[in-house]
Amino acid sequence: MVAAVILSVALMVIDHRYHHLESLRAALAVVTYPLQVAAELPVNATRWVSETLSTREDLRQSNARLRDENLKLLARLQKYEALQAENLRLRDLLESSFKVGDRVLVAELSAVDLDPYKQQVVIDKGTTSGVVEGQPVLDAHAVMGQVVHVNPLNATVLLITDASHALPVQVLRNGLRTIAVGTGRINQLELPYLPNDADIREDDLLVTSGLGGKFPPGYPVARVSMVRRTPDQPFSQIFAEPRAHLDRSREVLLVWTMDPRGGRPAPGATELAP
Amino acid sequence: MTLAPQRGGLVILLTFCIALMLMVLPLPEWARPYRPQWVTLTLIYWTLAAPQRVGVGVGFLLGIALDVLSGTLLGQHALGLSLVAYATVKLHQRIRVFPLWQQSLVVLLLLVSDHLVTLWVMGATQDQPPGLSYWAIPPLSALLWPWVFILLRDLRRRFRVQ
Repeated sequence: MVAAVILSVALMVIDHRYHHLESLRAALAVVTYPLQVAAELPVNATRWVSETLSTREDLRQSNARLRDENLKLLARLQKYEALQAENLRLRDLLESSFKVGDRVLVAELSAVDLDPYKQQVVIDKGTTSGVVEGQPVLDAHAVMGQVVHVNPLNATVLLITDASHALPVQVLRNGLRTIAVGTGRINQLELPYLPNDADIREDDLLVTSGLGGKFPPGYPVARVSMVRRTPDQPFSQIFAEPRAHLDRSREVLLVWTMDPRGGRPAPGATELAP
Repeated sequence: MTLAPQRGGLVILLTFCIALMLMVLPLPEWARPYRPQWVTLTLIYWTLAAPQRVGVGVGFLLGIALDVLSGTLLGQHALGLSLVAYATVKLHQRIRVFPLWQQSLVVLLLLVSDHLVTLWVMGATQDQPPGLSYWAIPPLSALLWPWVFILLRDLRRRFRVQ
């Protein structure tokens, strides 16, 4: 009894303060993996049945819609490629070391529910796909979070809205740098460190600033939803709404920044930009 | 006689696996904060039924498995579950003779203590302690106790787990 209590307290302290237990957790996670698979079986089965039984008309419609969308995206990409080439050429002229281009891999969210008091999700790619701890995760719209635990077959992602998560961001309009802290609510971020005279307005777009080295710079994060300046307080109260569909996305993108320290890209990863 | 107490270890393991699975089973969004403490209930049952086999050690291992599965701090659930197992082993001769509804009350007490320990850990390590809905879970789980008890008892009798 006493041994069990001491052991669990010791484990918690080591896990919380020093983060030395990742390998132990990964090994144990392999053992519990079948339980997770079994738990999401009903959901996957329903999904499979509804996909198999969808009508021809439905499929035709979604196919037409996707083709339409693809055409639009391709047209936009043509313009983008020209702009990117120009951008690189100009940066070359300025002798800037900035490089555009990251590698991405698509992963799927698994349906299992984790602790309801933390904002975490499980994805179906692990170390065998080259996922590393601390890796940024995006969805089609914006930054979602980062990988916190990884084991051979899946990984746990901490969302940017978790109360223990902080993300260096920048206001796109004027480059003002600050930190976006999670609030524990799925649709809200807080910017607690901006003084009352900071140039920030509602509807400003926040993008990652790349400081801190975990997230690549320039990805959209959130839109400022409320600015309340209180003259008797040193900082104003600013809240932002994440652009990523944190509670709705099923597919996510894992990003490898083109950085020698950033880990080895997976064999199946596609390149976003040349 | 030496072989007799070893019967049905697989059954115990299987019920624990099912309980762990229920802890991560996808639920609709409104029901997520009210997930019953399946693992604690199962642990209390087996500790009552076979205190010589299931005790603090099993509770601890179960807690670690739950921590890994649900992505919490390693040891967070292990602490609460080993305390519950200890209390149940100490009290099992008394709890066994209670009628079912009275048992539910004792179980409620055990569930609350497990929950309280977990809350302390969360309060010490996380910025945001959970809201009031957190305290709806032990009474809900205690209401489930008679069903869990009858189900597991029938299972135990059928497989003659000692």
